[in-house]
Amino acid sequence: MLNYQSTYSPVLTKDFDTRPVTININGKPTTLQLMPWVSLLDALREYADLTGTKKGCDHGQCGACTVICDGDRILSCLTLAVMKEGSEITTIEGVAENGQLHPLQKAFIEYDAFQCGYCTPGQICSAIGMLKEGKAKTRADVKELMSGNLCRCGANTNIIDAIMEVKNQDSHE
Amino acid sequence: MNNFSYIKANDLPTAFGHVRLGDAAKYIAGGTNLIDLMKYNLTKASSLVDINHLVGNHDIEELPDGGLRLGAFVRNAATAYHPLVEERYPLLSRAILAGASAQIRNMATNGGNLLQRTRCYYFYDANTPCNKREPGSGCSAILGYNRIMAILGTSESCIAVFPSDMCVALAALDAVVNISGEDGERSLAFADFHRLPGDTPELDNNLKPGEIITSIDIPQKGFARNYSYLKLRDRNSYAFALVSVATGLELENGLIKDARIALGGVAHKPWRVKEAEDFLKEKEPSAENFAQAAEIILFGAKVFEYNSFKVELAKRAIVRNCMMALNPESQLPGAQPSA
Ligand SMILES: Cc1cc2nc3c(=O)[nH]c(=O)nc-3n(C[C@H](O)[C@H](O)[C@H](O)COP(=O)(O)OP(=O)(O)OC[C@H]3O[C@@H](n4cnc5c(N)ncnc54)[C@H](O)[C@@H]3O)c2cc1C
Ligand code: SF4
Ligand code: FES
Ligand code: FES
Repeated sequence: MLNYQSTYSPVLTKDFDTRPVTININGKPTTLQLMPWVSLLDALREYADLTGTKKGCDHGQCGACTVICDGDRILSCLTLAVMKEGSEITTIEGVAENGQLHPLQKAFIEYDAFQCGYCTPGQICSAIGMLKEGKAKTRADVKELMSGNLCRCGANTNIIDAIMEVKNQDSHE
Repeated sequence: MNNFSYIKANDLPTAFGHVRLGDAAKYIAGGTNLIDLMKYNLTKASSLVDINHLVGNHDIEELPDGGLRLGAFVRNAATAYHPLVEERYPLLSRAILAGASAQIRNMATNGGNLLQRTRCYYFYDANTPCNKREPGSGCSAILGYNRIMAILGTSESCIAVFPSDMCVALAALDAVVNISGEDGERSLAFADFHRLPGDTPELDNNLKPGEIITSIDIPQKGFARNYSYLKLRDRNSYAFALVSVATGLELENGLIKDARIALGGVAHKPWRVKEAEDFLKEKEPSAENFAQAAEIILFGAKVFEYNSFKVELAKRAIVRNCMMALNPESQLPGAQPSA
């Protein structure tokens, strides 16, 4: 079990104690010592040193902080870490397997699906969740069901191309 | 965000007890509205009582009378994609899927959706007066930039709209909200759940302090053959409605036997007008008749400097949506207008 010491100290009042919160992050049970108001996003980035997950707006409006929680894509900025005690969280750091990039990671490179890369971890985690949900039939469906991830660089067309490529590979299997 | 303590409640009495004891203790479900508001310091709480682990109300179950009970803690996405909801209440499914984003729908609960707060810009800006946020301070929207505000049921103290999509469909379907409190259980008809602003705009609904929504019942009649949800907004997805319409029609021998039309984005609660629905009964489902119903629904609309466009938009949306309800296949994902 990993034990991380906080390097990030918000202003504290002595009435509120930290508590150990154990979350399974990318397959590793990880215990973080947290205040109740630390978002899952801050817990990942500032306490677990997993900075792949990005903070865009911190208010649910951009999707940059998307992670997969117990199989579902969620926004880590609108979740408290204490609420996720015992959950399985997958971040962008955990999507590759056996040293092999995830098919979506490969497709994003192949299709030039990013410029600055800031939205990319959220896009990829969101796309993994979307493909697992299995609700998208057409390209229009994919666009609609990926609308929760904004890309300021405007790489959207290539992002949808990359996702369609993997979606089609999946359905040919 | 202020500092707070966190408590996980496993049963209702524990939850009630904590909210009674803590000054400004609050329940948290999906957190998608509450955490956002707390980050802006618009809502404060001494403690958050997590009600996600309460026993019960995590399922969707059939009711003996043919209706469906939606547990308050079922997520919006799970509700929209539930086979019984898709089959019998596709209007509800559509409306939910027109709201927010896939990630938010995976988090948001059915109970929390009913209790989300307005998206009025001034409500969100703590530096401006707002009667809803701070009773008695004034309303910045009435003489301000009021493009997204209400045109029906407004008052001199508040012209905000209630932003939910799901609730527009629940209003059309005559849902019932089941509530538990320390004094026992009660149920409210959907029309009686949300409030008009009047001179108490700080109250969005009739839930009493400490009460918990446990489930929402929808009666048998689901309008699964002829339904449509249309949402008009500044971008085609992941944006709140300027105007939305939920329509359910029951047709018999080419005539309208029963009609439900509820509007979102125009008032402090989902808006239904019984006279318009009665007018349509026994009439042909034609654009002309829907246009007359739209006139009845928008009768008495009051506009402000920047939102007068909503009256015409709402009328056209009603006609278009009722026509789409005749052919539900014409609808596109995300409740976008058909091509
Ligand atoms: C960027 C963004 C875009 C959005 N777009 C849309 C949209 O287009 N359409 C739409 O309809 N919605 C939209 N939403 C709103 C979203 O649907 C709501 O935030 C969500 O439904 C709230 O549910 P929750 O479970 O997360 O509530 P929470 O945030 O957990 O709670 C909200 C309030 O309800 C109380 N509460 C929660 N559950 C109960 C209960 N069972 N009993 C008593 N009290 C309870 C809490 O104390 C809190 O005060 C959007 C949200 C965001 C962040
Ligand atoms: S419309 Fe209502 S919510 Fe908006 S500023 Fe006025 S009082 Fe506040
Ligand atoms: S950082 Fe969470 S949605 Fe923008
Ligand atoms: S690649 Fe820059 S925001 Fe998407």
